[in-house]
Amino acid sequence: MRYLPHTDADRRAMLAAISAPSIDALYRDVPASARLSGLLDLPKHMPEMEVERELTALAARNRSAGAMASFLGGGAYRHHVPAAVDHLIQRGEFLTSYTPYQPEVSQGTLQMLFEFQTQVALISDMEVANASMYDGATAAAEAVMMANRVTHRKKAILSGGLHPHYCEVVENYARWCGFEATCGGPDPQGAEDLARQIDGDTSCVVVQSPSVFGHIKGYSALAAAAQKAGALLVFVVTEIVSLGLLTPPGAMGADIVAAEGQSLGNALNFGGPYLGLFATRDRYVRQMPGRIAGETVDADGRRGWVLTLSTREQHIRREKATSNICTNSGLCALAFSIHLSLLGEDGFARLAEINHARAVQLAEKLAAVKGVTVLNDGFFNEFTVRLPRPAAPVVDRLVERGVLAGVPASRLWPERRDVTDLLIVAATETNSVAEMDFFAQSLAEAL
Amino acid sequence: MAEIRFTKEHEWIRIEGDVAVIGITDYAQQQLGDIVYVELPAVGKKLAKGDEAAVVESVKAASEVYAPVSGEVAAVNDGLGANPALVNSSPAGDGWFLKLRGADAAEIKGLMDEAAYKKYLEGLA
Repeated sequence: MRYLPHTDADRRAMLAAISAPSIDALYRDVPASARLSGLLDLPKHMPEMEVERELTALAARNRSAGAMASFLGGGAYRHHVPAAVDHLIQRGEFLTSYTPYQPEVSQGTLQMLFEFQTQVALISDMEVANASMYDGATAAAEAVMMANRVTHRKKAILSGGLHPHYCEVVENYARWCGFEATCGGPDPQGAEDLARQIDGDTSCVVVQSPSVFGHIKGYSALAAAAQKAGALLVFVVTEIVSLGLLTPPGAMGADIVAAEGQSLGNALNFGGPYLGLFATRDRYVRQMPGRIAGETVDADGRRGWVLTLSTREQHIRREKATSNICTNSGLCALAFSIHLSLLGEDGFARLAEINHARAVQLAEKLAAVKGVTVLNDGFFNEFTVRLPRPAAPVVDRLVERGVLAGVPASRLWPERRDVTDLLIVAATETNSVAEMDFFAQSLAEAL
Repeated sequence: MAEIRFTKEHEWIRIEGDVAVIGITDYAQQQLGDIVYVELPAVGKKLAKGDEAAVVESVKAASEVYAPVSGEVAAVNDGLGANPALVNSSPAGDGWFLKLRGADAAEIKGLMDEAAYKKYLEGLA
């Protein structure tokens, strides 16, 4: 029997308090087709072995990236995660701990977060990083809101190279938090001129590099133009491994870095949980969202760790907090830190080089396929190709041959007919030359 | 000596020409302890009496500073960005917060004068 503490009278009183006619009325924003009407058609009971068999059969219907030749990217990247990462994060002290509410008793957690922050600050070349956010997209939205607070302005310009899902998340925050976010449409050629769009009301310009189409651009001039207009440059990175090779955002004058950290330590996991990285300049730290672990000394002068600058946060500042985030992606952050520690500075650069080399190889092989053009001049481990026909059906056909050919741009911008023929393709250290040859050959046959 | 007024929320207001300079009192800074950050409004922002004008953070707490009178923000004390401790060391001087333009003189005159504020503090002790 289910334990339901509320009586019908309790429910009526609660509904009356919020002027809702019924519990179902609370779900009216969910499309009817996605709502469950009636009970699920499940057998009443089944032996454990049969349940296992049934669920195994269900799971076998998934096509996993690990079991296919996967060239999927678009903000989520398949990398090799060393076995030590999984082993270490499963220690009970890490696996079961929640965000520390009495921080000083959790010295190990705080030290881990401090090391994580140090790594994030180092690879992005920024001065301070927080203990992580939920994912790259929400980190980007928080970055825009932070820029609004710093500049006392409410208008963000989003690059056409920003992942459209990130645009949607920022726009969703904008809609409910009362600021403006204008997202340029897709910019497959990397030709937009963002500096021209900056005016006296602009709080920030949000760019992504490598862009969703894989373009790499220098942003020092844009950073200077933003600064001149009193606006900030928010720099989004969706493939963090790129920082092993590319000029870091801090060196280009970024004011805030919002990144997705999944690539290090974290598997694709059907889209989550992921790991938002967030870094900024010292002078803006009071406006930064999220938790910050700090290093200090105790009464006896011994090194210790604390959560610091907490007056920004919800449990102290209540509704005036810089953010409603009061937690962080602790376990994903730990996995990130262990992976990056195992790589080391040289290993990180080497991993980035291998990724780039694989992508260059793949681009050459695909460019040799009749009718296929590579759009990018420069790229890291992901690039965009134009096919002589719509990309989505081609991708579907290649799936049947065991190749996940990439993300069709039409999947990201379903309403834009001008991007139908574009396919966004990624290659990482996990892709063998044989896989790439098979991909190119299969593509040639499918076109 | 410029005319100075006080609020029950421990802010001082001093008329200097056509602007009203606003800060927090010595009593307030003592109560707050070491001040580590002051968040100031944007110049040009219009504040109604009672609106949140600033946030002051000490090692103990974050507290709002409300506009004691209506007006438009004419200037803010940028010096507090690098050195918020000025509020502790010189609350009535270099530790000022902001200047309001267009403040209603009658509204200011209606606030406590120095003697009345002293008496008010004695009542709190």
